This record gives sequence, structure tokens and C-alpha cells, in this order.
Amino acid sequence: MKSFTEQTFSRRQFVKLGGGSAVALVLAGCASSGGSGTSSDASASDGSSSNAAAIKPGFITLHDENSTYDLNFINAAKEACKELGISEDTYMIKTNVPEGQECYNAAAELADAGCNIIFADSFGHEDYMIQAAKEFPDIQFCHSTGTKAHTEGLDNYHNAFASIYEGRYLAGVAAGMKLNEMIDSGKITADQAKMGYVGAYTYAEVISGYTSFYLGAKSVCPSVTMEVTFTGSWYDETAEKEGATKLINDGCVLISQHADSMGAPTACENADVPDVSYNGSTQDACPNTYIISSRINWVPYYKYAIQAVKDGSSIDTDWTGTLSTGSVELTDLNTSVAAQGTQDKLDEVKGKLEDGSVHVFDTSTFTVKGAKLDSYMADVDTDANYTADTEAVSDGYFHESEYRSAPYFDVQIDGIELLDTAF
Amino acid sequence: MIHITKRKEMPLPQAMAIRLLSVILALVICGVITTILTGLNPIDVYVTFFNGTFGSARKVWILLQEIAILLCVSLALTPAFKMKFWNLGGEGQVLMGALATAACMIVLGDKVPNALLILCMVVSAVVAGAVWGLIPALFKAKWNTNETLFTLMMNYVAMQLVAYFIIVWEVPKGSGKIGIINQSTEAGWLPQIGSYKYLLNVILVAIITILMYVYLKYTKHGYEISVVGESTNTARYVGINVPKVIIRTMLLSGAICGFAGLLLVGGTDHTLTTTIANSRGFTGVMVAWLAKFNPFSMIASSFLLVFMERGASEISTIYTLNQSFADILTGIILFFIIGSEFFITYKVNFTRKTEEVEKTDA
Repeated sequence: MKSFTEQTFSRRQFVKLGGGSAVALVLAGCASSGGSGTSSDASASDGSSSNAAAIKPGFITLHDENSTYDLNFINAAKEACKELGISEDTYMIKTNVPEGQECYNAAAELADAGCNIIFADSFGHEDYMIQAAKEFPDIQFCHSTGTKAHTEGLDNYHNAFASIYEGRYLAGVAAGMKLNEMIDSGKITADQAKMGYVGAYTYAEVISGYTSFYLGAKSVCPSVTMEVTFTGSWYDETAEKEGATKLINDGCVLISQHADSMGAPTACENADVPDVSYNGSTQDACPNTYIISSRINWVPYYKYAIQAVKDGSSIDTDWTGTLSTGSVELTDLNTSVAAQGTQDKLDEVKGKLEDGSVHVFDTSTFTVKGAKLDSYMADVDTDANYTADTEAVSDGYFHESEYRSAPYFDVQIDGIELLDTAF
Repeated sequence: MIHITKRKEMPLPQAMAIRLLSVILALVICGVITTILTGLNPIDVYVTFFNGTFGSARKVWILLQEIAILLCVSLALTPAFKMKFWNLGGEGQVLMGALATAACMIVLGDKVPNALLILCMVVSAVVAGAVWGLIPALFKAKWNTNETLFTLMMNYVAMQLVAYFIIVWEVPKGSGKIGIINQSTEAGWLPQIGSYKYLLNVILVAIITILMYVYLKYTKHGYEISVVGESTNTARYVGINVPKVIIRTMLLSGAICGFAGLLLVGGTDHTLTTTIANSRGFTGVMVAWLAKFNPFSMIASSFLLVFMERGASEISTIYTLNQSFADILTGIILFFIIGSEFFITYKVNFTRKTEEVEKTDA
């Protein structure tokens, strides 16, 4: 439960960050989390903290700008540095760093070059970042999408993610509105409201993503069902296109995806089937079928973490960006495809998610094998045996991204059929 | 018209002079292109390029480590290529060695003493690589199948096997990643010499280099390999059992590739990915050819390739250029170096009497 307290602190503290009282709150936050208090004292006393010029962020990315996933991080890195007044000569970006010893080498080289905070963007970088963090205790290491910070217990190693399931839920609402429009116009019957979803792996992040998308659609279109197929790769244009085509041939009338290529959107445009995209708008390439897209904006996290090093304050072990922090974004509703009134509905639901009156994984809205989910032990602490260790259901909803920042919702709910689970 | 004739053996100093000239020319052209495309001062770019490899002690160690692994794969390919057996399956053989190593580390992890575990890793990695080399060799020896295609396809089989086992061993579930194996216990990690992470790999590969040199140059096996490479008919005539030499040599080639897989998984990365071989099975072909299959020259050619790759990535980091730009520079330099070999091997004669030449050609 300790990390739960940290989590609530993190959200409040971010909102207040610009307000001056942030530092006190941060210190209070880390005092409650035990050991990390000492590290912030140490970094504050070395004198460099007040010197803005001494800040030198380093970024490690798996691919370069040609990958939409990495482009999203690279753009965020540049924007965050620009907003914080860090010049282009100061920060460093190492692209095309594989998920092996090269990542440790890259982190160590950035450390040698004088970086005092180092970010990495790919899940497989995590262990090598931890290895580097142990070797350079005075440098902060921040890893997006990782799961181990809360169990490693290092003062200078941190995880970050965003509550992207809320964005997916909103995108699902837009999808459900579209389905309703198709039912009302007599194009399909209520029973035919079947969506298709192209996933990468049967990983919690993907399961959390498609389930929240489905629940969003279901909240406005109760008869909806969904089929999911997996490609076994985060980026495989051919497989994603084939997957989407398979789903369309299977009778799916709307497609969404959690994979990084243009495969699924292109297949939808060719077949004239509406598509809810991911990682950014695909409206230019698919003007007749693109509805909306959700994505994680990493600028708030980068600014928060770099600012923390500047101030000599400590960085959260697990940081989860939300709709309120601007980390979860919906991009460009395509009004010529989306159902009428979608924007108003989205604004309404977004408000409810933010004030807590609606929860994405509200256990009254779905069933598992015909029964309500009253208790679920999630695998929050990563281990080789996938030991379920943390009770995630309480107060009538599944608490996603609260016990650690990376998603851990991996429940198989009714209404969603998995076509293949090889990956 | 232009006539191209083969030269007699060129004296070494002259050959080296041509090579040096080609590198200088390549650097000048790279400089011009850099200035035109990016507006940067080419001298600064070269300094950065150089610093990417020699800028700090750590960078030098990374350089040595990268050379060691690339050289190890190149050495493995050398006997096969010298025999004119086009082993393009280095990638798959390294992967199989890596897979076998990872399997031992995961399955036997804390169940056997570390020394025994490492012994198991070495044996299984070498055997796995050797088997992956043996299969195409058997087909070649028995049925004269095309080894180029066969070894290439074996790469894909190996990659799929690795992908399969990654999903078996993935942590956390569904992530498609294994992460560092035995990070807390360090079981099966090859020992570190002092504070030098990569020294063991460097020493082991240095030993292999010397052994390979001796094997190729001074042993009966080495001699048989060169005879088979020159002409299988001659080999048969002098009583060499060609199928036996092919199988034996590919076993050796695969085994050393498997050993490279061991060094990668047990020595440095401590994980298994489908990309862990990082195309060294193919880059190694270039290293071996550039060095004309001389193990000591291969130290130089693998240095050259690693140096350029490291320098190129440093440029893209420091000047926030896309890596593709650095790859263009690397391509230009390689083009000149490979081109210079042409001028060392062949002589270009210019003749003015075009018509006559055409007539005689016809």
C-alpha cells in the first residue's frame, strides 16, 4: 500500500508544481516513502541544484524518427527541453539503441558526457538502465513503460507511464457513438455491432488497452462485442494489415489497434471500415475512415523529472500521467466520419473521469465468466513466475496504474473474444 | 577503350599506399558532402567521429568488445569461406549458441554450481552452433545442395526458434522480453576480470585468433581447406576426402559462431533477443573478405568497421542528425576501401584506338 500513497502524492504534486509549494510537498512525499528522502537531501546540498545551466538531460531511444513510437518520445524530449530553456547543444539523444548491453553502454556514455538525468523509452531497456543506475548513484535514471522501480528500491531509478486506458476509454466512447449511428441508420442491427482490435502481444498493457476501449464503447452501445487478434510484434505493417483485414472479413464493423504501424488504418481505409487509431492522427492517410486517436504525451513527465533534478527534489518512483496532467491526449476528432455529438459526449465523459465519478474498470459494467469481479490479485511485482501479489479490486473498481505506473490489468472479460493467443 | 587485366602480386607497400589514398579520398568526399548537406565544419565532424571511438576509456573498451565479437564471428566464417563454402548462416549459428547459453542459464540457474553451469553453457553453445553449421554441410556433402540458400534459410529457422523460446521465458507475461537473466544471483555470468567488464571476451577472442591463424597456416586441416577451396577436383585427385573436409570445417565454423553466442549472452548482454547477433553473421563476411582471410589482418578490418559504426552513431548523437546520415558516410568510406581492392588486384589500361579494339572484340 505504500506505493499507493506515493501515487496519490504524485498526482497532486504535479498539479501544484508551478506553484512554489511543490518542493515541500515532494519532500513530504519522499519522507513517507522512507529511504529516498536522503537522496534528495544529498543532491540539494551539492550546490549544483540551483544552477540551471548545469542541467544536462540524456535520452535513449530504441529506434529513430522513422518509428512513430520513438518519434513520439523524441518530439517530447525536444519540446520539454525547449520549454525548460535547455539548448540543443546541451541535451543528448542516442537513437537506435538495442535492448541489450548497448543500452547500458549508451547510458554509461551519457553519464560520462555529463548528463545528470537519463531517460530510456523502450520496455526492454529497463534491466540495463537499472544496471547503470546502480553504477552511477548520483545520476537520475527514468524509464518509461518499465515495471521494476518500486521493487528495486534504488533512489535514482524511476518508472513512468500514463493512464492511457482513460484515453482508450474515451476513444471507445467515440467508437460506440459511431456504432449507434450505424444501428440507427439501419446499416447494421444491434447484434451486429462487433468491433475488431489488432493487438501486439497478450501483454497487460495491450489487454488493459483493448478492454478499456471496449468498455468505453459499451458504455454508450450496450450490445457491442469485440474480437481481438495479435501480431506478435510492436511494429509489423504486413501482419497488422492482415490482422485488420481478417477481422473485417469476420464481420467486424469498426477497427482499432495497439501496434505502431499504418497497417490497420490502411486496411480500414481500403475496406471503408471506420478506424480508431493510436499514437497520433492518421487522418491525412485515411480521411474517409479515421475517427479519433489516443496517445501518450511525454512532455509533462520529461518536464517534471528534469525540473525535479534542477530543483534538487526527488522524482517519484512511479509516475503516472493522467488526463489532467496532459499526458493522455485525444487527437483530432474527424467530424466527417465520427457520429454527431461525439465531441460533446467526449467532453462530458472526460470531465467525469477527471473528477472520479466514472471509473474505467468499474466492476458493475463488466463480468468475468458470467460473474462480477469482486477480487483480483494482479502481478504488480514483476517476477519470473508471474506471481499474483496485489489485490487490485476495491471500492467497486479495478485500480489500474496505481500500485505501479505500468498497466497490470490482464483480466479476460466477457464480450471480448480472443482469436489467437500465440503471442 | 578501357582494358582491365589482372595484376601480378602487388608489393605490400604499394598496396598499402593505394589503400591509404582511398581512405583519404573517401574522407575528403565525406567532408564535402557533410558541408553541402548539413553546413557543419567537416573537421569538427571528423574529430567527433574519432571521439566516438576514442573519447574516453569506456569508449575504447566498448570498441574492443565490439571488435572482439565481430572478429570472433569473422574468424568462424573464415575456414568455410576459404574452402569456398559460402556460409551465410553465421547469424543463425550465433543465435543458436546464444539460445543454448540462455537455456542453460535459465533452466539450470541455481540448481548446479556455477563452474558446472558455465561448463554446460560452453559445451551446449558450441554444440548448438556446430549442429547449425553441420546440417547444411551434410546436405552439401551428400547431395551437393546450394549452401548459400541453405545457410541463409537456417538463419530464419534459428530466429523463429529464439522468438518461440523468448515467449516461453518472457518476464513479465506477454511482454515478449526476457530481461537480464539471473540479475540478482549472476548465475552463469562469465567471470569478470578485475573491474574490466569486457576483458575476458577480448582475451578469449585473441586466443581464438592465434589458434585460427595456426590452424589455417600450419596444420594439415588448414592445407586441405585451401586445396578444396582452390579446386575440388584437385583435392579429390590428391586423395582428400572432400565431403569429410566440408563437414569437418562447417562443424568448426558453426562451433566458433556458437561460441560468439556464448560470449554475447554469458559474457555481456545476459539476455536473449532475436536481434542479439546484430547482423554480425553478415558483417563478418565483409571483415573476412577485406582481410583476405588472414586472421591478423581481420583484426584491422573488424576495427575499421566497428570504428566507423561507433563514429557514425556519435555524429548522429552530437549533431542530432539522423543515423541515416552517418550511414551515408560509412557507405562512402566502404565504397572507396572496397574499390581500392579492385585497383590493387586489377590493372586498368587505357587504349586510344577505339575502333580497332572494337573490331578485335567482335
